[in-house]
Amino acid sequence: MSRALRQRLFAAVFIPVISVACGFVVAGVAVVITGSDPLAAFTALFQGAFTNPRAFPETLVAMTPYVFLGLAVALGFRAGLFNIGAEGQFYLGAIFGVLAGNSLPGTPGIIHIPLALAFGMLGGFIWAAVPGLLKARFGAHEVITTIMLNYVAFQLTDFLINKGPMSDPHSTAPRTPFIDPGAQLPILLSGSRLHLGLILAVIAVPIVWFLLERTTIGFRIRTVGFSQGAARAAGISVAWTLVLTMGISGALAGLAGADEILGVSHYMPASFSVGYGFDSIAVALLARSNPWAILPSAFLFGAMRNGAAFMQLQTQVSSDLISIVQAIVIMFVAAPVMVRWIFRLREVPVGGLQITQRETTGVSSET
Amino acid sequence: MSDLLSHLDIAGFIIATLVAATPLVLAGMGGVMSERSGVVNIALEGIMLTSAFAGYAAAVATHNLYLGVVVAIIAGMLIAALHAVLSIQFLVDQIVSGTVINILAIGITGSFYRTYIQNAELSGTGVLPALRLTFLPNAPFVGVITIAALVLIPVVHFVLFRTVFGLRTRACGEHPLAAETAGINVYFVRYMNVILSGALAGLGGAYFTLQQIGNFLPNMTGGRGFIALAAMIFGKWTPIGAFLASLLFAGADALSGRLQISGVNLPYQILGMLPYVLTIVVVAGAVGRAVAPAADGKPFKKRN
Repeated sequence: MSRALRQRLFAAVFIPVISVACGFVVAGVAVVITGSDPLAAFTALFQGAFTNPRAFPETLVAMTPYVFLGLAVALGFRAGLFNIGAEGQFYLGAIFGVLAGNSLPGTPGIIHIPLALAFGMLGGFIWAAVPGLLKARFGAHEVITTIMLNYVAFQLTDFLINKGPMSDPHSTAPRTPFIDPGAQLPILLSGSRLHLGLILAVIAVPIVWFLLERTTIGFRIRTVGFSQGAARAAGISVAWTLVLTMGISGALAGLAGADEILGVSHYMPASFSVGYGFDSIAVALLARSNPWAILPSAFLFGAMRNGAAFMQLQTQVSSDLISIVQAIVIMFVAAPVMVRWIFRLREVPVGGLQITQRETTGVSSET
Repeated sequence: MSDLLSHLDIAGFIIATLVAATPLVLAGMGGVMSERSGVVNIALEGIMLTSAFAGYAAAVATHNLYLGVVVAIIAGMLIAALHAVLSIQFLVDQIVSGTVINILAIGITGSFYRTYIQNAELSGTGVLPALRLTFLPNAPFVGVITIAALVLIPVVHFVLFRTVFGLRTRACGEHPLAAETAGINVYFVRYMNVILSGALAGLGGAYFTLQQIGNFLPNMTGGRGFIALAAMIFGKWTPIGAFLASLLFAGADALSGRLQISGVNLPYQILGMLPYVLTIVVVAGAVGRAVAPAADGKPFKKRN
C-alpha cells in the first residue's frame, strides 16, 4: 500500500472508528461511576436504535435533521467559519416553517411544502447572515455572536408561542397550532413517522458537494477558508463570501427546522430542540467536513439520539451520556497528534486533517 | 416616570448589578489570563457549569459550603487542564478544544445530575453567608463570592502587570518564539495560565449553586461564560476592563429583572434578550479598536 493511500485511510477510516470506540469507552466509565451497568445501558441504546419494533425507521427520522445540520456546519468549516449557532438557525427555520405552513390553507402540497421549506431556509439564512455580516464588517467573532443569537432565538420563540402572537388559542400548553395538512410532508412508511424529509436530506448531500466542488461560489468558499490573503489577492471579495457562506449554512440549518415541523411534529412546541447545535458540530467534524461522509456520520448520531431515549427509560442512565460520546469523538478527530501518541503510531498523517482551516483563531477582531 | 424610578431603587439596582456581575468578572478574568498567555478559552462556559455542579455535589456530600467552593475551584482547574493538554500539548484548534469541553460539561453534569440529584431528590444546600456592608447606604448584604471577586480584581491586575510571571505570560501571548529564545518555558507558562483561568472560572461556577440559589439546575450557566468572553474583549484583555464591561452586561441583566417586577408593559422575553443582544453589539462595535494579544489562539510548537 502506498504511503499516500495509507495516510488517507488513516484519516478517513481509522481515526473516526477509533474516535467512536473511545467515546463509548469513556462514556462507559461515566456509567460505571454513576453506579449503573454500562453493558445494560449500551444494550438498551442499541435496542432503542435498531432492534426494537419501529426503532429503525425512527432512527432514520432522527438522522434527517442531522444531515442538514451537519452539512450546514461543514459548509461553514470549509470557509474557516465556526457556525456554532445552528441551534438558533434551526429554531428560526422552524418558526418560519410554521408561519408558512399555517398560512394559505387548502393550497396543494406540491406548492405548499416547497414554499414552507423555502421559508424555513429564509429564516435560517437571515439568522446566520447577520453574524456573517458582523464578522465581515466589524471582525466580530462568529463563535460569540452565533451563540448569543441562540439565546435570542430561544427568547423569541418563547415570546411567540407562550401566549404570544403565534400561540394556539385552543391549547393551554405553550405551542403553535397544527400546520395546514397540505403542508405536511408525506409519510414514506405507513405505521411509522418516516417522512419525505429523509429523501430531501439525501438529495441535499450531492447538491452541497456540487456547490462546494464544482461552482465558482464553492471555489471562493474553499479559497477563503484556505487563506483569506490569497483569496483577496485573487480578487475574491472575502467579506461577501463570508456573509454568503454563513447565510447558506444558516439556510441549511433552517431547512432542518422547517423539515422537522413539516415532517414530524406539525407544530412548534416549547422545547423544540434536543441540543442540535452541538450535535451538528460533532456530525460535521466526524465527517471531516466532507458532504458525502455527513451521511454515515448523521446516521450514527441519529441512532445514538434515538437509542438514548430508550436507554434513559430502560436503565435510568441519562440521555446526556450521548454528549460525552460526542465530546470524545470531536476530541479524537481534532487531535491526530494525540491519537498517534496514544496508539504509538510513528507515521505523521498531516494532509487533510486540519478541520477549520482557519488562519488565526483569536476570539476577536481579525481584520 | 418618577414612579418607575422609585420602583427601580437605584442603590438596590447597583448592588444587584454587582452581584450579577460576579460570575462574569471571575470568568472574564480567567479569560484574560488564558488569552494573555496565548490560549483562547471558549471553554469558560463548560468550566463554570462543571464547577457549579461539582461544588454543589461536594456541598451536599460534606454539608460544608466552603468545602463546596474549594471543590468547585479544583474541578475548574482540572477541566481547564484538559483544555490545556489538548490545545497546548496536542495542538488542537483552541476553539474546537473549547467546544469539546463545553459539550463534555453538558454530558457530565447532565448524567450525574440525573443519578445523584434528580433521582435522590436532593433539594438544596442553602447558600453561602452574605456580608452586611454597613458602610454603604441601606447596608446591603453581599455574598462572599462577590466580595472575593472584587478582591481578586486588583490581585489579578498586579500579577499580570507587576510580576515576573505576568511579564512572561504577556510575552508568551505576544511572541512565543521570542519568549522561548529568552529562555522562558512557553508551555509551562501557558499551562499555568489556563489552569489559573480554570480556578477563576471555577469560583465563578460556584456562584451559581452556592451563592445564588443553593441548588443545581441543568445548563444553569446559560451562556454566561460566553458573555464573560465578550466582557474580556470589551475590557481590552485587562482585569479592570473586564470588570467594568461585566458591570455593563450585569446591569442589563439586573435591569431586565427589575423592569419585569415593576410591571413595564414589555414581554419578559424581550427584556430577557437584552444582555445577549448587548453582547453582540459590543463584540461588533467595540472590537474594532480592541487588539488581542498577537499570538492569541495560535498553537506554538516547541523548537527543541
